Amino acid sequence: MALVDGEPLIRWNWVADHLQDFVDLTGEHLFLSLAPVVLGLLISIPLGVASIRWSWLYPPVFAGANLLYAIPSLALFMLMLDLTGLNSRWTAIVPLTGYTLAVLVPNVVDGLRQVPASVRQAATAMGFGTWRRLIQVELPIAVPVIMAGLRVATVSSISLVSVAVLVGQGGLGQLFTDGAQREFPTPIIAGIVLTIILAFAADLALVTAQRLLTPWARSRKGTA
Amino acid sequence: MRTHRWVRSFAVSLYFILALDHITASTGAGEEVGRLITFDGVTKRYADGTVAVDDLDLEIPTGRITVLVGPSGCGKTTTLRMINRMVDPTDGVVAIDGTDVRSKNPPELRRGIGYVIQQAGLFPHRTILNNIATVPYLLGWDKKKARARARELMDSVGLDPAMASRYPYQLSGGQQQRVGVARALAADPPIMLMDEPFSAVDPIVRKSLQDEFLRLQAELQKTIVFVTHDIDEAIKLGHKIAVFQVGGKLAQYSTPDELLAGPKDGFVADFLGGERGLKRLRFFRELDAEEAAARSGDAGGPGPDGGPGADEKAGEGDTTGGSDDSPVGGR
Amino acid sequence: MNILGLFWEWFSDSANWQGTDGIPTRLLEHVWYSGLSLLIAAAIGLPLGLLTGHTGRGGFVAASLANFARALPTLGIVILVVLIYGVGLGPVLTALIALAVPPVLVNTYEGIRNVDADIKDAARGMGMTGPEVLFKVEIPAAMPLILLGLRTAAIQIVATATVAAYVSLGGLGRYIFDGFQRQDYKAVVGGSVLVVLLAVIVAGIFLALRRLLVPAGVRQSGRVA
Repeated sequence: MALVDGEPLIRWNWVADHLQDFVDLTGEHLFLSLAPVVLGLLISIPLGVASIRWSWLYPPVFAGANLLYAIPSLALFMLMLDLTGLNSRWTAIVPLTGYTLAVLVPNVVDGLRQVPASVRQAATAMGFGTWRRLIQVELPIAVPVIMAGLRVATVSSISLVSVAVLVGQGGLGQLFTDGAQREFPTPIIAGIVLTIILAFAADLALVTAQRLLTPWARSRKGTA
Repeated sequence: MRTHRWVRSFAVSLYFILALDHITASTGAGEEVGRLITFDGVTKRYADGTVAVDDLDLEIPTGRITVLVGPSGCGKTTTLRMINRMVDPTDGVVAIDGTDVRSKNPPELRRGIGYVIQQAGLFPHRTILNNIATVPYLLGWDKKKARARARELMDSVGLDPAMASRYPYQLSGGQQQRVGVARALAADPPIMLMDEPFSAVDPIVRKSLQDEFLRLQAELQKTIVFVTHDIDEAIKLGHKIAVFQVGGKLAQYSTPDELLAGPKDGFVADFLGGERGLKRLRFFRELDAEEAAARSGDAGGPGPDGGPGADEKAGEGDTTGGSDDSPVGGR
Repeated sequence: MNILGLFWEWFSDSANWQGTDGIPTRLLEHVWYSGLSLLIAAAIGLPLGLLTGHTGRGGFVAASLANFARALPTLGIVILVVLIYGVGLGPVLTALIALAVPPVLVNTYEGIRNVDADIKDAARGMGMTGPEVLFKVEIPAAMPLILLGLRTAAIQIVATATVAAYVSLGGLGRYIFDGFQRQDYKAVVGGSVLVVLLAVIVAGIFLALRRLLVPAGVRQSGRVA
């Protein structure tokens, strides 16, 4: 594989001709990468809460998260094929949800642990029940830490999903295999640039959301 | 009340004459007087234009506890940190025994000066014993000697020997502060700088730390510079008190008794707070007569000392930097 | 369970243990690429992280770099590098290293930077020189984060080296791509499971390193993300 002599890195007319493709692929990319983040968030909050409530649960959950995080995505996608088949979006979504969990669960637990005991006691003394206290007091206080994890998970998911093109589901990743097969760099560069733009846009959206969600924490910076 | 005062000023004069005598005697012999710290026209101005310390002249006596006190932002900590060159002055000279501190490189200078800070600043990765032995290790003592010294200090500051192999996170705040004090004493430095060492612990622990600190100092006779924002602590611990006001100006520098009896201006009076008479009464009740005399009339000359430790102290001055392993005098 | 059956069938087939496409060769290739890249990435990232962390300069650049690196799609980068510079170990290793330096650098920077200010102040106040503060106090206290950075980089490298087989590199990824091409799912599963096992071993090694290198007094704080 090598560049044909005289081939420029970017052919702008090709870019201009494929704008509609970019839009379609970007939409697909967003769906494939954000669905796992949403699913991961929905699962990690109860899992994190449970890990706080029953502390014996945390070590295995934490170890599992660490282990899952270490497994290369390509291998996971390939093994998923056995369960979901080549033409299912779940082949990409399930492993990516796993990675989101691996990042988010420890952050949810950390965030909840950082709620000062005095605040928790004050809430209890004022008559909050366990669940109401959790939803109205503890989770909001944990938002900055959870958000930091969510940002990492979102950006990772957006960049990782292109690997799933190798199992037929990759959004912008299709630009990479396309460029590789034709030894044509323009789509590859377009794919990289679009992925980075998406990642930063999503990150910016999350930062903005966090500022709106936690007006009391504006001066503090989130941990990444 | 009036007779009381008269008797005291007589005692003070008498004491002062004796003290002067002591000074002339020791300087006459041509030996080192001790570790006298002087500030001469010292100003610290930061890059953003704020003046932390403004044209400070101060003479800190040897073998005594001198307390720098004032509200936050008054420059007391900056003043302290200029002694071991954690901060260098913009103008003026800080000198120890007449030698500009800037003639020594900072690490060398600091190894000869004990340093205790508010949160103790213990190294989380080192055991208590190794924390205390830090400066001896830096000075290249052999391991055995450094550890033996650390064990001895654990005993002096009232730490259970079983804690030697524990880590800082396993200790309470008060215990950590004791380790901080022991660590600063490890190489037997003639000078100790203490920056709010007891303010992060609860009042009961604080009181016991203060009491033990006074007991220890009665034995060790170090030249101690102690920063606090708590005027009661200043009165309890200080032989001399320097009251700073915001903007880095020295408002008053005198003994606790003089301070309580005659605050120089409204700021000092305010800072001392109400019930000055009561504070003064308590101040005297807590001291034995001899100590009280020393701390009410002494004008701040170097080396005045009514206690029995005076002579040992002169000898102790030689152990600068801890090159010698003689245990702390008097133990 | 189907997967484990397939894997065992493949793994126990003696034909898969011989020649240039044999399991020992591929495994060694994978370990070799990964180890070399990690070593070089550490040689670049650690000193830079220690320096920026100790002096406190360049923090913003380091943090932005980490965010940027996380957003990079590895498959695209590897393909692009190979397309421009040709197939070969050099270009692929360069890509692996480029992706692994940021996590090492940033975690080291953050680790050193976040050592409690009181501890640094006490260290200086007791007369430690700059290098003494760094080596005797900051590095031991920052060890959990430094190791975390190396671990993240190692995980990243092992995964990317798998993907790199797409551009004709050796390593365990070969089984996955060749198997996929031949529609031999057994080989795909075989390669994938081996990659998973390798990743688990790498994670295990870092767990052991943590026990070995992180002083007991700082092992308390163990945030991972």
